[in-house]
Amino acid sequence: MRRARGSGVPLPLLVPAALGVLFLVLPLLGLVVRAPWSTIGPQLAEAEVGQALRLSLVSATLATAVSLLLGVPLAWVLARARIRGRSVLRALVTVPLVLPPVVGGVALFLVIGRTGILGRPLYEHLGVTVPFTTTAVVIAETFVAMPFLVISVEGALRAADARFEDAAATLGADRWTTFRRVTLPLVAPGIAAGAVLCWARALGEFGATITFAGNFPGTTQTMPLAVYLALQNDPDAAIVLSLVLLAVSLATLLLLRDRWLGRTVTA
Amino acid sequence: MRRRGGDRDIMPSARSAPRRPGTTEDPLRTRSLAALAAVAALTLAGCGGGTDGAAPAATGTAPTGSGGPALTGTLTVFAAASLTDVFGDLGDRLEADNPDLDVQFNFAGSSALATQLTQGAPADVFASANREQMTVVTDAGLQAAEPSVFTENVLEIAVPAGNPGEVTGLADFADPDLTLAVCAADVPCGAAATAVFADAGITAQPDTEEEDVKAALTKVQLGEVDAALVYATDVQAAGADVEGIPFPEAEQEINPYPVCVLSGAPNPAAAQAFVDLVRSSAGQQALTKAGFRAPTS
Repeated sequence: MRRARGSGVPLPLLVPAALGVLFLVLPLLGLVVRAPWSTIGPQLAEAEVGQALRLSLVSATLATAVSLLLGVPLAWVLARARIRGRSVLRALVTVPLVLPPVVGGVALFLVIGRTGILGRPLYEHLGVTVPFTTTAVVIAETFVAMPFLVISVEGALRAADARFEDAAATLGADRWTTFRRVTLPLVAPGIAAGAVLCWARALGEFGATITFAGNFPGTTQTMPLAVYLALQNDPDAAIVLSLVLLAVSLATLLLLRDRWLGRTVTA
Repeated sequence: MRRRGGDRDIMPSARSAPRRPGTTEDPLRTRSLAALAAVAALTLAGCGGGTDGAAPAATGTAPTGSGGPALTGTLTVFAAASLTDVFGDLGDRLEADNPDLDVQFNFAGSSALATQLTQGAPADVFASANREQMTVVTDAGLQAAEPSVFTENVLEIAVPAGNPGEVTGLADFADPDLTLAVCAADVPCGAAATAVFADAGITAQPDTEEEDVKAALTKVQLGEVDAALVYATDVQAAGADVEGIPFPEAEQEINPYPVCVLSGAPNPAAAQAFVDLVRSSAGQQALTKAGFRAPTS
Protein backbone atom coordinates (compact mmCIF):
# COMPACT_ATOMS: atom_id res chain seq x y z
CA MET A 1 0.00 0.00 0.00
CA ARG A 2 1.26 3.43 -0.91
CA ARG A 3 1.44 6.23 1.57
CA ALA A 4 1.09 9.94 1.05
CA ARG A 5 3.86 12.18 2.26
CA GLY A 6 3.84 14.32 5.38
CA SER A 7 1.24 13.33 7.92
CA GLY A 8 -0.07 10.77 5.50
CA VAL A 9 -3.59 12.08 5.74
CA PRO A 10 -5.23 13.12 2.46
CA LEU A 11 -6.88 16.52 2.56
CA PRO A 12 -10.46 15.24 2.02
CA LEU A 13 -10.00 13.23 5.20
CA LEU A 14 -7.99 15.76 7.13
CA VAL A 15 -10.56 18.55 7.07
CA PRO A 16 -13.56 16.57 8.33
CA ALA A 17 -11.33 14.77 10.81
CA ALA A 18 -10.13 18.07 12.20
CA LEU A 19 -13.70 19.33 12.42
CA GLY A 20 -14.62 16.12 14.21
CA VAL A 21 -11.87 16.66 16.75
CA LEU A 22 -12.99 20.24 17.32
CA PHE A 23 -16.59 19.15 17.75
CA LEU A 24 -15.68 16.53 20.33
CA VAL A 25 -13.00 18.44 22.19
CA LEU A 26 -14.38 21.98 22.36
CA PRO A 27 -17.03 21.13 24.99
CA LEU A 28 -14.32 19.65 27.18
CA LEU A 29 -12.31 22.81 26.66
CA GLY A 30 -15.37 24.77 27.75
CA LEU A 31 -15.45 22.86 31.02
CA VAL A 32 -11.78 23.52 31.61
CA VAL A 33 -12.06 27.21 30.81
CA ARG A 34 -15.14 27.75 32.97
CA ALA A 35 -13.88 25.74 35.92
CA PRO A 36 -13.64 27.77 39.14
CA TRP A 37 -9.91 27.17 39.52
CA SER A 38 -9.61 29.39 42.58
CA THR A 39 -11.96 27.27 44.68
CA ILE A 40 -11.20 23.91 43.15
CA GLY A 41 -9.03 22.78 46.06
CA PRO A 42 -11.65 23.02 48.82
CA GLN A 43 -14.33 21.60 46.56
CA LEU A 44 -12.23 18.55 45.78
CA ALA A 45 -11.51 18.04 49.45
CA GLU A 46 -15.18 17.48 50.25
CA ALA A 47 -15.78 13.99 51.52
CA GLU A 48 -18.62 13.31 49.13
CA VAL A 49 -16.41 13.80 46.09
CA GLY A 50 -13.97 11.06 47.07
CA GLN A 51 -16.85 8.84 48.09
CA ALA A 52 -18.64 9.28 44.78
CA LEU A 53 -15.44 8.81 42.77
CA ARG A 54 -14.52 5.62 44.61
CA LEU A 55 -18.03 4.25 44.17
CA SER A 56 -17.97 5.11 40.47
CA LEU A 57 -14.64 3.38 39.85
CA VAL A 58 -15.55 0.29 41.87
CA SER A 59 -18.99 -0.15 40.37
CA ALA A 60 -17.83 0.49 36.78
CA THR A 61 -15.04 -2.04 37.22
CA LEU A 62 -17.38 -4.62 38.69
CA ALA A 63 -19.87 -4.00 35.90
CA THR A 64 -17.08 -4.55 33.37
CA ALA A 65 -16.05 -7.78 35.09
CA VAL A 66 -19.60 -9.11 34.99
CA SER A 67 -19.92 -8.01 31.37
CA LEU A 68 -16.71 -9.89 30.45
CA LEU A 69 -17.90 -13.01 32.24
CA LEU A 70 -21.26 -13.05 30.49
CA GLY A 71 -20.62 -10.96 27.40
CA VAL A 72 -17.68 -12.82 25.82
CA PRO A 73 -19.50 -16.18 25.76
CA LEU A 74 -22.59 -14.40 24.50
CA ALA A 75 -20.59 -12.75 21.71
CA TRP A 76 -19.18 -16.17 20.77
CA VAL A 77 -22.68 -17.60 20.54
CA LEU A 78 -23.78 -14.70 18.36
CA ALA A 79 -20.78 -15.02 16.06
CA ARG A 80 -20.19 -18.76 15.88
CA ALA A 81 -23.05 -20.87 17.13
CA ARG A 82 -25.34 -22.42 14.57
CA ILE A 83 -28.65 -21.66 16.21
CA ARG A 84 -31.91 -20.47 14.79
CA GLY A 85 -33.04 -16.92 15.39
CA ARG A 86 -29.53 -15.64 15.94
CA SER A 87 -30.24 -12.25 14.42
CA VAL A 88 -33.29 -11.86 16.61
CA LEU A 89 -31.18 -12.77 19.61
CA ARG A 90 -28.58 -10.22 18.60
CA ALA A 91 -31.20 -7.52 18.23
CA LEU A 92 -32.63 -8.40 21.63
CA VAL A 93 -29.39 -8.27 23.56
CA THR A 94 -28.48 -4.93 22.05
CA VAL A 95 -31.78 -3.36 23.05
CA PRO A 96 -30.16 -1.52 25.99
CA LEU A 97 -28.13 0.42 23.42
CA VAL A 98 -31.23 2.11 22.09
CA LEU A 99 -33.37 2.05 25.22
CA PRO A 100 -33.39 5.33 27.12
CA PRO A 101 -31.47 4.44 30.30
CA VAL A 102 -34.29 5.72 32.52
CA VAL A 103 -36.60 3.20 30.87
CA GLY A 104 -33.95 0.57 31.50
CA GLY A 105 -34.04 1.52 35.16
CA VAL A 106 -37.81 1.15 35.31
CA ALA A 107 -37.55 -2.20 33.50
CA LEU A 108 -35.06 -3.39 36.10
CA PHE A 109 -37.53 -2.40 38.80
CA LEU A 110 -40.20 -4.48 37.13
CA VAL A 111 -37.97 -7.54 37.21
CA ILE A 112 -35.82 -7.30 40.33
CA GLY A 113 -37.54 -4.51 42.19
CA ARG A 114 -39.32 -5.26 45.42
CA THR A 115 -42.56 -5.87 43.54
CA GLY A 116 -40.84 -7.25 40.42
CA ILE A 117 -41.21 -10.64 38.79
CA LEU A 118 -38.08 -12.06 40.43
CA GLY A 119 -37.72 -9.42 43.08
CA ARG A 120 -40.99 -10.15 44.87
CA PRO A 121 -40.17 -13.78 45.79
CA LEU A 122 -36.67 -12.68 46.76
CA TYR A 123 -38.13 -10.08 49.07
CA GLU A 124 -40.94 -12.16 50.49
CA HIS A 125 -39.00 -15.36 51.14
CA LEU A 126 -35.47 -14.18 51.75
CA GLY A 127 -36.03 -10.58 52.77
CA VAL A 128 -33.57 -9.46 50.10
CA THR A 129 -34.15 -6.18 48.26
CA VAL A 130 -31.90 -5.13 45.43
CA PRO A 131 -32.88 -1.50 44.64
CA PHE A 132 -31.11 1.33 46.48
CA THR A 133 -27.98 -0.77 47.06
CA THR A 134 -24.51 -0.71 45.50
CA THR A 135 -25.43 -4.04 43.90
CA ALA A 136 -28.23 -2.20 42.12
CA VAL A 137 -25.69 0.31 40.79
CA VAL A 138 -23.58 -2.51 39.35
CA ILE A 139 -26.65 -4.18 37.85
CA ALA A 140 -27.86 -0.96 36.25
CA GLU A 141 -24.42 -0.20 34.82
CA THR A 142 -23.98 -3.76 33.53
CA PHE A 143 -27.37 -3.65 31.87
CA VAL A 144 -26.49 -0.50 29.99
CA ALA A 145 -22.81 -1.18 29.28
CA MET A 146 -22.59 -4.89 28.45
CA PRO A 147 -24.01 -4.57 24.91
CA PHE A 148 -21.02 -2.38 23.99
CA LEU A 149 -18.71 -5.23 24.93
CA VAL A 150 -20.82 -7.85 23.19
CA ILE A 151 -20.91 -5.88 19.94
CA SER A 152 -17.14 -5.27 20.00
CA VAL A 153 -16.25 -8.87 20.74
CA GLU A 154 -18.69 -10.23 18.20
CA GLY A 155 -17.20 -7.95 15.57
CA ALA A 156 -13.71 -9.16 16.47
CA LEU A 157 -14.83 -12.79 16.30
CA ARG A 158 -16.34 -12.30 12.88
CA ALA A 159 -13.21 -10.58 11.63
CA ALA A 160 -10.94 -13.27 13.07
CA ASP A 161 -9.70 -15.89 10.63
CA ALA A 162 -11.75 -19.00 11.29
CA ARG A 163 -9.12 -21.16 9.61
CA PHE A 164 -7.01 -21.08 12.77
CA GLU A 165 -9.90 -22.61 14.64
CA ASP A 166 -10.42 -25.16 11.89
CA ALA A 167 -6.74 -26.06 12.04
CA ALA A 168 -6.97 -26.51 15.80
CA ALA A 169 -9.95 -28.76 15.31
CA THR A 170 -8.16 -30.91 12.73
CA LEU A 171 -5.31 -31.28 15.21
CA GLY A 172 -7.73 -32.79 17.68
CA ALA A 173 -8.68 -29.86 19.93
CA ASP A 174 -12.27 -29.88 21.12
CA ARG A 175 -14.33 -26.72 20.80
CA TRP A 176 -13.71 -25.53 24.34
CA THR A 177 -9.96 -26.00 24.01
CA THR A 178 -10.06 -24.25 20.65
CA PHE A 179 -11.94 -21.36 22.21
CA ARG A 180 -9.48 -21.05 25.08
CA ARG A 181 -6.24 -21.60 23.25
CA VAL A 182 -6.94 -20.20 19.80
CA THR A 183 -10.01 -17.99 19.63
CA LEU A 184 -9.51 -16.05 22.85
CA PRO A 185 -5.92 -14.98 22.10
CA LEU A 186 -6.95 -14.18 18.55
CA VAL A 187 -9.66 -11.75 19.60
CA ALA A 188 -7.97 -10.44 22.75
CA PRO A 189 -7.59 -6.94 21.30
CA GLY A 190 -11.27 -6.88 20.48
CA ILE A 191 -12.14 -8.02 23.98
CA ALA A 192 -9.87 -5.36 25.45
CA ALA A 193 -11.40 -2.66 23.29
CA GLY A 194 -14.87 -3.84 24.22
CA ALA A 195 -14.00 -3.90 27.90
CA VAL A 196 -12.68 -0.34 27.75
CA LEU A 197 -15.79 0.84 25.97
CA CYS A 198 -17.96 -0.99 28.48
CA TRP A 199 -16.05 0.47 31.43
CA ALA A 200 -16.28 4.00 30.06
CA ARG A 201 -20.01 3.64 29.46
CA ALA A 202 -20.54 2.24 32.94
CA LEU A 203 -18.52 5.06 34.48
CA GLY A 204 -20.70 7.68 32.86
CA GLU A 205 -23.99 5.86 33.46
CA PHE A 206 -26.70 8.10 34.89
CA GLY A 207 -30.29 7.33 33.94
CA ALA A 208 -30.62 3.68 34.81
CA THR A 209 -28.58 4.15 37.96
CA ILE A 210 -30.55 7.04 39.43
CA THR A 211 -33.79 5.28 38.58
CA PHE A 212 -33.05 1.78 39.78
CA ALA A 213 -30.41 2.38 42.45
CA GLY A 214 -31.59 5.76 43.65
CA ASN A 215 -29.20 8.36 44.96
CA PHE A 216 -27.60 8.10 48.35
CA PRO A 217 -24.09 9.34 49.18
CA GLY A 218 -21.69 6.49 49.78
CA THR A 219 -24.09 3.76 48.70
CA THR A 220 -25.44 4.63 45.29
CA GLN A 221 -24.36 8.17 44.48
CA THR A 222 -21.87 7.81 41.63
CA MET A 223 -20.07 10.76 40.06
CA PRO A 224 -22.62 11.40 37.30
CA LEU A 225 -25.37 11.56 39.92
CA ALA A 226 -23.32 13.90 42.07
CA VAL A 227 -22.70 16.09 39.03
CA TYR A 228 -26.37 16.23 38.15
CA LEU A 229 -27.46 17.18 41.65
CA ALA A 230 -24.70 19.74 42.01
CA LEU A 231 -25.94 21.30 38.79
CA GLN A 232 -29.26 22.08 40.48
CA ASN A 233 -27.89 24.90 42.57
CA ASP A 234 -24.11 24.98 42.32
CA PRO A 235 -22.97 24.83 38.68
CA ASP A 236 -19.37 25.50 39.70
CA ALA A 237 -19.29 22.38 41.83
CA ALA A 238 -20.80 20.42 38.97
CA ILE A 239 -18.01 21.57 36.66
CA VAL A 240 -15.38 20.57 39.19
CA LEU A 241 -16.93 17.13 39.61
CA SER A 242 -17.18 16.69 35.85
CA LEU A 243 -13.51 17.55 35.45
CA VAL A 244 -12.55 15.03 38.09
CA LEU A 245 -14.53 12.32 36.33
CA LEU A 246 -13.03 13.33 33.00
CA ALA A 247 -9.47 13.39 34.28
CA VAL A 248 -9.77 10.00 35.95
CA SER A 249 -11.42 8.32 32.97
CA LEU A 250 -8.99 9.85 30.47
CA ALA A 251 -6.00 8.82 32.56
CA THR A 252 -7.32 5.29 32.89
CA LEU A 253 -8.07 4.94 29.20
CA LEU A 254 -4.69 6.34 28.11
CA LEU A 255 -2.87 4.09 30.51
CA LEU A 256 -4.76 1.03 29.36
CA ARG A 257 -4.29 1.87 25.72
CA ASP A 258 -0.55 2.17 26.07
CA ARG A 259 -0.06 -0.77 28.32
CA TRP A 260 -2.40 -3.25 26.91
CA LEU A 261 -4.47 -2.31 23.97
CA GLY A 262 -1.82 -0.52 21.90
CA ARG A 263 0.67 -3.36 22.03
CA THR A 264 -1.74 -6.14 21.22
CA VAL A 265 -3.36 -4.24 18.41
CA THR A 266 -0.09 -3.82 16.55
CA ALA A 267 0.99 -7.36 17.31
CA MET B 1 -52.25 9.98 32.53
CA ARG B 2 -51.24 13.51 33.17
CA ARG B 3 -48.86 13.94 35.95
CA ARG B 4 -47.70 17.02 37.61
CA GLY B 5 -45.13 17.50 40.21
CA GLY B 6 -41.52 17.87 39.10
CA ASP B 7 -39.88 20.51 41.13
CA ARG B 8 -37.11 21.37 38.77
CA ASP B 9 -37.23 24.55 36.81
CA ILE B 10 -37.58 23.68 33.20
CA MET B 11 -35.96 25.67 30.48
CA PRO B 12 -37.64 28.88 29.47
CA SER B 13 -40.14 28.02 26.83
CA ALA B 14 -41.46 30.04 24.00
CA ARG B 15 -44.12 32.52 24.81
CA SER B 16 -47.61 31.28 24.50
CA ALA B 17 -46.42 27.72 24.79
CA PRO B 18 -49.21 25.16 24.88
CA ARG B 19 -50.03 23.59 28.17
CA ARG B 20 -47.30 21.31 29.25
CA PRO B 21 -48.12 18.27 31.25
CA GLY B 22 -45.34 16.77 33.25
CA THR B 23 -43.13 19.41 34.60
CA THR B 24 -43.99 21.27 37.64
CA GLU B 25 -42.05 23.12 40.16
CA ASP B 26 -42.57 23.71 43.78
CA PRO B 27 -39.57 25.74 44.70
CA LEU B 28 -40.25 25.72 48.34
CA ARG B 29 -37.42 27.10 50.30
CA THR B 30 -36.68 27.30 53.91
CA ARG B 31 -38.27 30.34 55.28
CA SER B 32 -38.76 31.89 58.60
CA LEU B 33 -41.87 32.60 60.54
CA ALA B 34 -41.32 36.23 59.74
CA ALA B 35 -41.77 35.42 56.10
CA LEU B 36 -44.97 33.61 56.90
CA ALA B 37 -46.23 36.67 58.65
CA ALA B 38 -45.38 38.69 55.56
CA VAL B 39 -47.35 36.22 53.48
CA ALA B 40 -50.30 36.74 55.76
CA ALA B 41 -50.08 40.48 55.28
CA LEU B 42 -49.80 40.15 51.52
CA THR B 43 -52.77 37.88 51.35
CA LEU B 44 -54.95 40.48 52.92
CA ALA B 45 -53.81 43.26 50.64
CA GLY B 46 -53.77 41.45 47.36
CA CYS B 47 -54.03 42.77 43.87
CA GLY B 48 -56.93 40.40 43.38
CA GLY B 49 -59.13 42.76 45.28
CA GLY B 50 -58.03 45.74 43.30
CA THR B 51 -56.48 48.82 44.76
CA ASP B 52 -59.12 49.38 47.36
CA GLY B 53 -58.05 46.24 49.21
CA ALA B 54 -61.53 44.73 49.21
CA ALA B 55 -61.66 41.08 50.17
CA PRO B 56 -60.69 39.22 47.03
CA ALA B 57 -63.16 36.40 47.57
CA ALA B 58 -65.90 38.98 47.27
CA THR B 59 -65.55 38.96 43.51
CA GLY B 60 -66.76 35.42 43.95
CA THR B 61 -69.19 34.15 41.44
CA ALA B 62 -68.70 36.66 38.66
CA PRO B 63 -65.53 35.26 37.15
CA THR B 64 -65.61 37.07 33.85
CA GLY B 65 -64.58 40.38 35.24
CA SER B 66 -66.16 43.45 36.58
CA GLY B 67 -69.40 43.03 34.71
CA GLY B 68 -68.33 45.56 32.13
CA PRO B 69 -68.08 44.92 28.42
CA ALA B 70 -66.77 41.58 27.25
CA LEU B 71 -62.99 41.25 27.21
CA THR B 72 -61.12 41.25 23.92
CA GLY B 73 -57.61 40.85 22.61
CA THR B 74 -54.91 38.59 23.92
CA LEU B 75 -54.19 37.82 27.56
CA THR B 76 -50.72 36.49 28.34
CA VAL B 77 -50.27 34.64 31.61
CA PHE B 78 -46.87 33.56 32.90
CA ALA B 79 -47.47 30.80 35.44
CA ALA B 80 -45.54 28.19 37.40
CA ALA B 81 -45.57 24.81 35.71
CA SER B 82 -47.40 23.21 38.63
CA LEU B 83 -50.42 25.33 37.70
CA THR B 84 -50.56 23.98 34.15
CA ASP B 85 -53.77 21.99 34.44
CA VAL B 86 -55.72 24.30 36.73
CA PHE B 87 -54.84 27.52 34.93
CA GLY B 88 -55.42 25.90 31.57
CA ASP B 89 -58.97 25.06 32.61
CA LEU B 90 -59.54 28.52 34.04
CA GLY B 91 -58.22 30.06 30.82
CA ASP B 92 -60.66 27.98 28.81
CA ARG B 93 -63.44 29.20 31.05
CA LEU B 94 -62.49 32.84 30.59
CA GLU B 95 -62.33 32.36 26.84
CA ALA B 96 -65.73 30.70 26.82
CA ASP B 97 -67.22 33.68 28.62
CA ASN B 98 -65.40 36.17 26.40
CA PRO B 99 -65.41 34.83 22.82
CA ASP B 100 -63.16 37.60 21.56
CA LEU B 101 -60.50 36.95 24.16
CA ASP B 102 -57.48 34.75 23.47
CA VAL B 103 -55.72 33.49 26.59
CA GLN B 104 -52.09 32.46 26.10
CA PHE B 105 -50.03 30.70 28.76
CA ASN B 106 -46.34 30.40 29.33
CA PHE B 107 -45.89 27.60 31.83
CA ALA B 108 -42.36 27.07 33.09
CA GLY B 109 -40.30 27.02 36.23
CA SER B 110 -40.91 30.17 38.26
CA SER B 111 -37.29 31.24 38.15
CA ALA B 112 -37.22 30.90 34.37
CA LEU B 113 -40.38 32.98 34.14
CA ALA B 114 -39.04 35.63 36.48
CA THR B 115 -35.91 35.85 34.36
CA GLN B 116 -37.96 36.24 31.20
CA LEU B 117 -40.05 38.99 32.79
CA THR B 118 -37.08 40.95 34.06
CA GLN B 119 -35.55 40.59 30.59
CA GLY B 120 -38.57 42.38 29.17
CA ALA B 121 -40.93 39.61 28.08
CA PRO B 122 -44.38 41.18 27.63
CA ALA B 123 -46.99 39.58 29.87
CA ASP B 124 -50.16 40.51 31.73
CA VAL B 125 -50.12 38.20 34.74
CA PHE B 126 -47.41 36.41 36.69
CA ALA B 127 -48.20 33.53 39.05
CA SER B 128 -45.18 32.16 40.89
CA ALA B 129 -44.78 28.93 42.82
CA ASN B 130 -42.82 30.70 45.53
CA ARG B 131 -42.27 34.13 47.01
CA GLU B 132 -38.61 34.32 46.04
CA GLN B 133 -39.28 34.51 42.31
CA MET B 134 -42.19 36.94 42.78
CA THR B 135 -39.77 39.11 44.72
CA VAL B 136 -37.41 39.06 41.74
CA VAL B 137 -40.21 40.54 39.67
CA THR B 138 -41.39 43.09 42.24
CA ASP B 139 -37.80 44.18 42.93
CA ALA B 140 -37.67 45.08 39.26
CA GLY B 141 -40.83 47.15 39.80
CA LEU B 142 -42.86 45.15 37.29
CA GLN B 143 -46.01 44.70 39.40
CA ALA B 144 -49.12 46.79 38.84
CA ALA B 145 -50.28 46.07 42.39
CA GLU B 146 -48.90 44.18 45.35
CA PRO B 147 -48.85 40.42 44.68
CA SER B 148 -51.27 38.33 46.68
CA VAL B 149 -51.10 34.72 47.70
CA PHE B 150 -53.93 32.83 46.00
CA THR B 151 -53.13 29.26 46.96
CA GLU B 152 -50.73 27.04 48.90
CA ASN B 153 -49.00 23.74 48.42
CA VAL B 154 -47.79 21.65 51.35
CA LEU B 155 -45.69 18.55 51.73
CA GLU B 156 -47.50 15.27 52.13
CA ILE B 157 -46.37 11.70 52.72
CA ALA B 158 -47.02 9.56 49.66
CA VAL B 159 -47.38 5.82 50.19
CA PRO B 160 -48.21 3.04 47.73
CA ALA B 161 -51.89 2.04 47.63
CA GLY B 162 -52.66 -0.04 50.71
CA ASN B 163 -49.78 1.49 52.65
CA PRO B 164 -47.68 -1.71 52.90
CA GLY B 165 -45.16 -0.08 55.23
CA GLU B 166 -47.94 1.00 57.62
CA VAL B 167 -46.65 4.54 57.63
CA THR B 168 -48.64 6.87 59.87
CA GLY B 169 -46.66 10.06 60.11
CA LEU B 170 -43.45 11.95 59.67
CA ALA B 171 -41.76 10.07 62.51
CA ASP B 172 -41.77 6.92 60.38
CA PHE B 173 -39.07 8.52 58.25
CA ALA B 174 -36.65 7.78 61.07
CA ASP B 175 -37.37 4.04 60.82
CA PRO B 176 -34.34 2.33 59.24
CA ASP B 177 -36.41 -0.77 58.42
CA LEU B 178 -38.61 1.11 55.98
CA THR B 179 -37.54 1.88 52.42
CA LEU B 180 -37.90 5.65 52.12
CA ALA B 181 -37.38 8.31 49.50
CA VAL B 182 -36.94 12.03 49.95
CA CYS B 183 -35.82 14.68 47.47
CA ALA B 184 -32.14 15.61 47.48
CA ALA B 185 -31.43 18.74 49.50
CA ASP B 186 -30.21 20.46 46.34
CA VAL B 187 -33.70 20.59 44.85
CA PRO B 188 -36.62 22.62 46.28
CA CYS B 189 -38.70 19.73 47.61
CA GLY B 190 -35.59 18.37 49.30
CA ALA B 191 -34.85 21.71 50.92
CA ALA B 192 -38.41 21.75 52.26
CA ALA B 193 -38.10 18.17 53.51
CA THR B 194 -34.84 18.97 55.25
CA ALA B 195 -36.45 21.94 56.97
CA VAL B 196 -39.49 19.92 58.04
CA PHE B 197 -37.31 17.20 59.53
CA ALA B 198 -35.22 19.79 61.32
CA ASP B 199 -38.32 21.52 62.71
CA ALA B 200 -39.69 18.20 63.93
CA GLY B 201 -36.37 17.05 65.36
CA ILE B 202 -36.45 13.91 63.24
CA THR B 203 -33.31 12.30 61.87
CA ALA B 204 -34.54 10.92 58.58
CA GLN B 205 -33.17 7.60 57.34
CA PRO B 206 -33.91 7.75 53.61
CA ASP B 207 -32.67 5.05 51.26
CA THR B 208 -32.51 7.41 48.35
CA GLU B 209 -32.36 11.16 47.78
CA GLU B 210 -34.23 11.68 44.54
CA GLU B 211 -33.32 14.20 41.88
CA ASP B 212 -36.82 15.67 41.82
CA VAL B 213 -40.24 15.21 43.28
CA LYS B 214 -41.52 13.27 40.28
CA ALA B 215 -38.74 10.70 40.62
CA ALA B 216 -39.65 10.23 44.29
CA LEU B 217 -43.29 9.80 43.37
CA THR B 218 -42.46 7.26 40.65
CA LYS B 219 -40.80 5.05 43.23
CA VAL B 220 -43.98 5.14 45.30
CA GLN B 221 -46.09 4.33 42.25
CA LEU B 222 -43.87 1.34 41.49
CA GLY B 223 -44.19 0.19 45.10
CA GLU B 224 -40.42 0.24 45.53
CA VAL B 225 -40.45 2.51 48.54
CA ASP B 226 -42.73 2.46 51.57
CA ALA B 227 -43.07 6.23 51.63
CA ALA B 228 -41.80 9.40 50.02
CA LEU B 229 -42.10 13.05 50.95
CA VAL B 230 -43.75 14.96 48.08
CA TYR B 231 -46.27 17.76 47.59
CA ALA B 232 -49.99 17.35 48.10
CA THR B 233 -50.60 18.24 44.44
CA ASP B 234 -48.28 15.41 43.38
CA VAL B 235 -50.26 12.91 45.44
CA GLN B 236 -53.48 14.22 43.93
CA ALA B 237 -52.12 13.93 40.39
CA ALA B 238 -50.75 10.42 40.92
CA GLY B 239 -54.18 8.85 41.05
CA ALA B 240 -55.12 5.53 42.59
CA ASP B 241 -51.62 4.05 42.89
CA VAL B 242 -50.68 6.49 45.59
CA GLU B 243 -52.22 7.44 48.92
CA GLY B 244 -51.46 10.70 50.66
CA ILE B 245 -50.93 11.12 54.37
CA PRO B 246 -51.02 14.74 55.51
CA PHE B 247 -48.93 15.48 58.57
CA PRO B 248 -49.08 18.42 60.96
CA GLU B 249 -45.38 19.26 60.72
CA ALA B 250 -45.92 20.27 57.09
CA GLU B 251 -47.52 23.49 58.37
CA GLN B 252 -44.04 24.74 59.19
CA GLU B 253 -43.05 24.72 55.53
CA ILE B 254 -45.99 26.05 53.54
CA ASN B 255 -45.33 26.92 49.92
CA PRO B 256 -47.37 30.01 49.01
CA TYR B 257 -48.22 30.91 45.39
CA PRO B 258 -48.41 34.69 44.79
CA VAL B 259 -50.00 36.22 41.71
CA CYS B 260 -50.16 39.74 40.36
CA VAL B 261 -51.04 41.85 37.36
CA LEU B 262 -47.93 43.29 35.73
CA SER B 263 -47.38 47.02 35.27
CA GLY B 264 -46.64 46.73 31.58
CA ALA B 265 -49.70 44.56 30.95
CA PRO B 266 -50.90 45.05 27.35
CA ASN B 267 -54.36 43.91 28.47
CA PRO B 268 -54.87 45.05 32.05
CA ALA B 269 -58.64 44.50 32.08
CA ALA B 270 -58.34 40.87 31.06
CA ALA B 271 -55.40 40.46 33.44
CA GLN B 272 -57.47 41.65 36.38
CA ALA B 273 -60.37 39.44 35.26
CA PHE B 274 -58.08 36.40 35.25
CA VAL B 275 -56.68 37.16 38.69
CA ASP B 276 -60.23 37.66 39.96
CA LEU B 277 -61.21 34.34 38.44
CA VAL B 278 -58.31 32.57 40.14
CA ARG B 279 -59.35 34.05 43.45
CA SER B 280 -63.05 33.41 42.92
CA SER B 281 -64.76 30.43 44.52
CA ALA B 282 -64.73 28.66 41.15
CA GLY B 283 -61.01 29.19 40.82
CA GLN B 284 -60.38 28.10 44.37
CA GLN B 285 -62.46 24.98 43.80
CA ALA B 286 -60.36 24.05 40.76
CA LEU B 287 -57.20 24.55 42.77
CA THR B 288 -58.49 22.46 45.68
CA LYS B 289 -59.41 19.68 43.30
CA ALA B 290 -55.81 19.61 42.08
CA GLY B 291 -54.51 19.25 45.63
CA PHE B 292 -53.77 22.89 46.35
CA ARG B 293 -55.41 24.51 49.32
CA ALA B 294 -56.79 27.89 50.18
CA PRO B 295 -54.33 30.35 51.71
CA THR B 296 -54.38 29.80 55.45
CA SER B 297 -53.72 33.35 56.40
